[in-house]
Amino acid sequence: MDLLGKQQIWKEYQKEIADDNFFYARSCIRQTFFPGSEWAYLDILRNKLHKNVVDDPRHTTCTGIGYHSDVVPVETIMTVVARHFALMTEAGYENLTPSCITSFGIYTEILDTWEHHPEIEEKIREFLWKATQREFKKPRNLAHTSDIIYKFRNEIAAQAVRLLKDVHTGRPLRGVDHIGCHYAKMFPSKGIGGAEFPAVLSGMIEAWGGEPVDYPERRHCCGFGFRNYLVMANRGFSVANSKKKFESMQPYEPDFIVANCPGCAMFLDKWQYTISEMEGTTYGKDGYGIPVLTYEEMAALVLGYDPWEIGLQMHQVSVEPLLDKMGVSYDPDKKYCNSRGESLGKPQCPTYLKVK
Amino acid sequence: MNFWGYSISEARVVNYDKNDKAFAAYLAQKAPSSKLCIGCGGCTATCTAGNLTEFNIRKLQMLVKRGENEEARKSLYKCMLCGKCLLVCPRGVDTRKMILAMSEYIHRQS
Repeated sequence: MDLLGKQQIWKEYQKEIADDNFFYARSCIRQTFFPGSEWAYLDILRNKLHKNVVDDPRHTTCTGIGYHSDVVPVETIMTVVARHFALMTEAGYENLTPSCITSFGIYTEILDTWEHHPEIEEKIREFLWKATQREFKKPRNLAHTSDIIYKFRNEIAAQAVRLLKDVHTGRPLRGVDHIGCHYAKMFPSKGIGGAEFPAVLSGMIEAWGGEPVDYPERRHCCGFGFRNYLVMANRGFSVANSKKKFESMQPYEPDFIVANCPGCAMFLDKWQYTISEMEGTTYGKDGYGIPVLTYEEMAALVLGYDPWEIGLQMHQVSVEPLLDKMGVSYDPDKKYCNSRGESLGKPQCPTYLKVK
Repeated sequence: MNFWGYSISEARVVNYDKNDKAFAAYLAQKAPSSKLCIGCGGCTATCTAGNLTEFNIRKLQMLVKRGENEEARKSLYKCMLCGKCLLVCPRGVDTRKMILAMSEYIHRQS
């Protein structure tokens, strides 16, 4: 196929992403497990890219976890989402940017349902009015926050303090990406690269000097799957999925994992500890794990943020081996200190997984 | 005591890189007609043992070719060597010889 044909086909795998004026929707899991990520995202958008973004404190969970676990009915989640749209409309915004992949999937699914069934939309508008006396306009543009960072990846590269390269050897760092299933597997046209050629994270890695690895199980689910994890008896199945991914990526000796879904980032990080405790297996070099980053943390490291300021001490797998390769200076004594310099207490050490 | 309340499930994956192919190689050498199989399942449909048990001769051959030898070993003894499968095979696979070669290999291994 000639280059022109390839470019033509690749256009079909792109999506429209708004340029400015974003209404931000936080993630339940990301703000709990990676609180520095959401702060870093807002700071990068506002102070590095000079974009207008509103973070409304009245915004709530989308109830996606409950919906996918069969405890929240579809009418309820639609009304909750309708309230989010109402908050966005009241604030005068049209571009919705959820931080969570589950929420992104929920919003996409609901908008698609309403498009095909306007009578359901009418019913939900009525529910919302009865419950809150609110009305809403549907978002003009819906993009996941990783789409936004992807769109501005070259602007971020232009401001980069350091690149994804080993400062000692000059070698590009090998990054394995993991795309959340609800990003593009349900509605492939809504994700960059669709479900087959995920480019949203590998595009960032490339733009910032790293080397993305197309490992065999790249498109495999991390195993979260809500009811696969929430029911304890099913967790063995959940962790088996992550294990399959680790075994697939390990031969490529990746320097880090990056994920755009908060649940995936949490699982790929925490399951490394679980597998090490259960089987004594670790996947990084010298007994360490493979560091797991969110894309906000990856962008923040490239832009020169302090690793403890963006919350990298919250990770289960130590990120110091990666920081050392990138030449990031950090104070080990401040790892477990709060912003006032007071000690937060050190977590217990795992039995097998090495931590710094 | 299981501290976690669950254990890691075994993945149901056919690993062609790690599985032992010696059994399949032995079978191909001793019963070369087994290579002619197209997996139509005629043998399974006519199998007397298959009517009474979970025995599945088409599956058995597939397991050996995949290198899933343990599962093949467990089901092999169910064959009664009646030879009805021989009569229906459209490719002329000597299925009885195939079964005997499999048994021989497993016997030698143990």
